[in-house]
Amino acid sequence: MRERDVPQEGNATLAGHRKAVYAVGEDGKLRVVPSRGWEVEEVVTRQAVEDLERRAREARSPLEYHMYRARMDIAMLAGAVGIWRWRLRRHLRPQVFARLPLRWRRRYAEALGIAVEALARVD
Amino acid sequence: MRFQHQHASHCESGVMSSLLRHHGLALSEPMAFGLASALAFAYLPFIRLNGLPLIAYRMPPGAIVRALDRGLDLGVRFETFRSPDAGMARLDALLDEGKVVGLQTSIYWLPYIPPDLRFHFNAHNLLVYGREGDEYLVSDPVAETPVRCARQDLQKARFAKGVLAPKGRLYYLTRPPPAGDWRALGRRALARTAHIMLHTPLPLVGVRGIRWLARAVERLGCAEDDGAAKLYIGHIVRMQEEIGTGGAGFRFIYAAFLQELAATTGYGPLEALAARLVEIGDEWQQFAFAAAKMIKRRIAFEPPALAARLRDIASREQRFFADLNQARLAWAL
Repeated sequence: MRERDVPQEGNATLAGHRKAVYAVGEDGKLRVVPSRGWEVEEVVTRQAVEDLERRAREARSPLEYHMYRARMDIAMLAGAVGIWRWRLRRHLRPQVFARLPLRWRRRYAEALGIAVEALARVD
Repeated sequence: MRFQHQHASHCESGVMSSLLRHHGLALSEPMAFGLASALAFAYLPFIRLNGLPLIAYRMPPGAIVRALDRGLDLGVRFETFRSPDAGMARLDALLDEGKVVGLQTSIYWLPYIPPDLRFHFNAHNLLVYGREGDEYLVSDPVAETPVRCARQDLQKARFAKGVLAPKGRLYYLTRPPPAGDWRALGRRALARTAHIMLHTPLPLVGVRGIRWLARAVERLGCAEDDGAAKLYIGHIVRMQEEIGTGGAGFRFIYAAFLQELAATTGYGPLEALAARLVEIGDEWQQFAFAAAKMIKRRIAFEPPALAARLRDIASREQRFFADLNQARLAWAL
């Protein structure tokens, strides 16, 4: 990649940040050039974010909703809370979640980085 | 000495470059990356991230710090903690001593990272060079300028759980770095990278890993509305362009390393190899570009065409690393 070809397409996912990329300058030497982003990165990042947003919308219980909102999946959240995956899967069921004791809600809220009260709400 | 922030394209090589420079050894980011033999390729379908395989374009996290520690005899001390309070107290104590401390963190919990880029990746490296009350002065290599991070956020990021959990890991140099013998270190690093790319016994690593990925891509359905197939393709590109890289799956950084090694040691043949690797990096970018166009439906969705590109890149890299190894062998000591 030549220095003048470094993409400066104002990527929305970078939110105004610039990232350092290496490109070949006029003298043939590679050097760091700040880039405002490439549309390709925006496409694939938005695709990943939108997939998680879709999963959050289709969630059956508030816990599942917040799990995807926090960009986690079952393996990650189970790991973060320190329980088996089947146990988390059970807790994701709406009936089971509705009866979940406060200490469990606390553990989930802590792992998801939200308040305990927020865990019961879908916003 | 006042700490100087440096904008880098990869967190771990950036951290090591800044840390060494702070201790009086000028080592650029590409040199840190290359001397640690950090370039690689691995397709690991049995490790799933949101249901998609792990595709890495470099060695596993921690490899750069460890390889430089070994090669340059830096006496890096690593510490991990069971309790967050102990981990934060130890960080404060080290900062009070005037040390610059490297941290392993989860990028998801760092508030200064743009929201769309915050995924659960537990091995993001950054440096802390000071503290003002409850705010830490952070030099994150991927940020353009130094940033600040509140105690609570930093604690959450250091003690995130899950795959590659950092457990509060911090590291610092215990003695001033000696000047390295770049020629010997460089030769050894080239040998290691060529070996990883060409001769790893596992077919999922190195050039064979790229071919294996090509086969997986070929098997994807061609249907335009196949969301899962498109996510898979997008995932490959995201791992290549977005997750902690300077683009083209680290090929450009490694090319910069070859160029700099040629200039430092006076070994000319590396210069031409650097130019060839830049071309291979351009091919990776073209692959990413074609993939994004297919996702956006600007051209027909044809996974086999992408697989063909990957196979072409694989054979180019095979020739490249074989020639790199030859150049290394021909390098008289």
